[in-house]
Amino acid sequence: MESMFSNLGVGLTAVLAIEPYTIFNQTLSLPMNIVYCVLGAFIGTLIGVLPGLGPVATIAMLLPATFTLPPLGGLIMLSGIYYGAQYGGSTTAILVNLPGETSSVVTCIDGYQMARRGRAGVALTTAALGSFFAGCVGTLLLAAFAPPLAELAFKFGPAEYFSLIMLGLFGAIALSSGSLLKSIAMVCLGLLGGIVGTDVSSGVSRFAFDIPELADGIGFVVVAMGVFGFAEVISNLEQKETREIFTKEVSGMFPSKEDFKRMVAPVLRGTALGSVLGILPGGGAVLAAFGAYALEKKVSKNSAEFGKGAIEGVAAPESANNAAAQTSFIPLLTLGLPANAVMALMVGAMTIHNIQPGPLVMTTNPTLFWGLIVSMWVGNLMLVVLNLPLIGIWVKLLTVPYRYLYPAILVFCCIGVFTISNSSFDVLLTAGFGFLGYVFFRLGCEGAPLLLGFVLGPMLEEHFRRALLLSHGDFSVFVTRPLSLSLLLVTAVLVVIVTLPSIKSKRVEAFHEE
Amino acid sequence: MKIRNHKDFWAGAMFLAFGAFFAGYATRYKFGTAANMGPGYFPVALGTILAVLGIAIVVSSLSANAADEKVDKFPWPVLLLILGPTALFGLLLQTLGLIVCLLMLVAISSYASHEFNWRSTLLNAMVLTVLSLTIFVWALKLQFPLWPVFIGN
Repeated sequence: MESMFSNLGVGLTAVLAIEPYTIFNQTLSLPMNIVYCVLGAFIGTLIGVLPGLGPVATIAMLLPATFTLPPLGGLIMLSGIYYGAQYGGSTTAILVNLPGETSSVVTCIDGYQMARRGRAGVALTTAALGSFFAGCVGTLLLAAFAPPLAELAFKFGPAEYFSLIMLGLFGAIALSSGSLLKSIAMVCLGLLGGIVGTDVSSGVSRFAFDIPELADGIGFVVVAMGVFGFAEVISNLEQKETREIFTKEVSGMFPSKEDFKRMVAPVLRGTALGSVLGILPGGGAVLAAFGAYALEKKVSKNSAEFGKGAIEGVAAPESANNAAAQTSFIPLLTLGLPANAVMALMVGAMTIHNIQPGPLVMTTNPTLFWGLIVSMWVGNLMLVVLNLPLIGIWVKLLTVPYRYLYPAILVFCCIGVFTISNSSFDVLLTAGFGFLGYVFFRLGCEGAPLLLGFVLGPMLEEHFRRALLLSHGDFSVFVTRPLSLSLLLVTAVLVVIVTLPSIKSKRVEAFHEE
Repeated sequence: MKIRNHKDFWAGAMFLAFGAFFAGYATRYKFGTAANMGPGYFPVALGTILAVLGIAIVVSSLSANAADEKVDKFPWPVLLLILGPTALFGLLLQTLGLIVCLLMLVAISSYASHEFNWRSTLLNAMVLTVLSLTIFVWALKLQFPLWPVFIGN
């Protein structure tokens, strides 16, 4: 307990560190990390508010802008962007009935109804306060669980890592909303795409077709931007409906005493559920929000009011998705395993800054590790401090017609992809993945398992190879080592659970509760 | 035999094609043994799994219990107007420079919207170009070819 607080102290010092910054030939002393955090949260919200661009696409688009920053600053800014994008998604859900991203789909149901009854301000405040509380709890959990988990990770050999990655991949499949077989196939396709390029062990260039740019592999930003960003823009352009926006009615931000009373329990339950689901590989914000809403509907005294503007229906999912957003950093920072597509992007960002995510980060780079954790809390605070007063700006943004927005998205995507490695070829490749992403969307195949497989492909192959090299080709190595066996058993249980007919129908139901 | 779930049928066919391609192409790399894997081992195995999954998905789409689902028509003009200028941006950036490429990207892609009009498109193109130059070139100091090569920098 004590070490936890001293660790958080280390982080706080790192985050608050004052650094000189030169602008317009004037050198100022500023807490730069706080500046990056605020900037990230602001930009993240700005783009999150724009309809039809989820956190994955947002982070992919803004990633290049953080390359020039120092590692801690860059990662802090990215997590700020992540929270901002999450929060921005809820704002559009409440005001326009358009979820900015999947994890705020359920917020639409009651949030939008509250807005229609003139309580948009209260709904927005509820979302912000619930998120902030959940964020605080998530940060403390992260600080408490990270060291013991990282300790455990040191006992991991290649066989354990292989099993852990399998658990992560199957977790992502089990918790995705689409068909099971199709999701497994998407993971396989992602894994195969991930190994394009030079093979580390033999030096052979695989699937490069003598194109020099492909010998370095396909960048994950290219895949993320194509499959998420471009495909989203194209599918948005198909829809021509007009939206109803409550721009004038956002007044009376503060919830009444009665509102507060009704908020407390759902926020607590949402936070608890979200924290647990966030740690699960493949889990994360989307499932947490759906789960929390379903739970609240069952246990609430006011369940009849759900769907007609119940404050519980905003408080619970919003707390849950933020708690999950927070705790999904745990497997990434301790085991080096990204639990969802956003975390997969964070792996890429860390690698670019020459940090190999995993248990070593905490010991070799404690300032970075604890600084990042503390900055998450600061980021959550900023969301409340920034967003509630700035709500007027976000509402204005909502009224900007899509015909101005999507060309801007394309411009940022093209420039972003190009700057990663100054490669025109990457821009071409992104266009190709954009087409592929749209085909996936049309055929009902989900992009998230693909991206996760893509990032984990090289890692999986590496550990698979090494495990079998050490066991002299004996495949039983994965089940004779106790840690590896238990990880595989959990994976098997997960697969069995999702294929059970009764759960299968529930799963479909949970993702279609709209 | 009748295709009931068209989405699954085509998805399965796509996976089968990808799997067969990856597995087939990877046979040119050394396969090796389990204890000493060559670069071909993993892709051949994975490609085979993918192809088998593709077949399973195709078969399930033909079953009488499969949901009746159609694949909507592709919006080819929209796809072309969004992906086309993006590809052009990649192809022409080194020769035409950032400014021309950005103006072109915005002008062509804007045409995909059903609310298109020239005046606002030109305005948007100019605003976005100036904004990008300010953020990426001036503030972040990223390196771009700015002008067409025949004008010179």
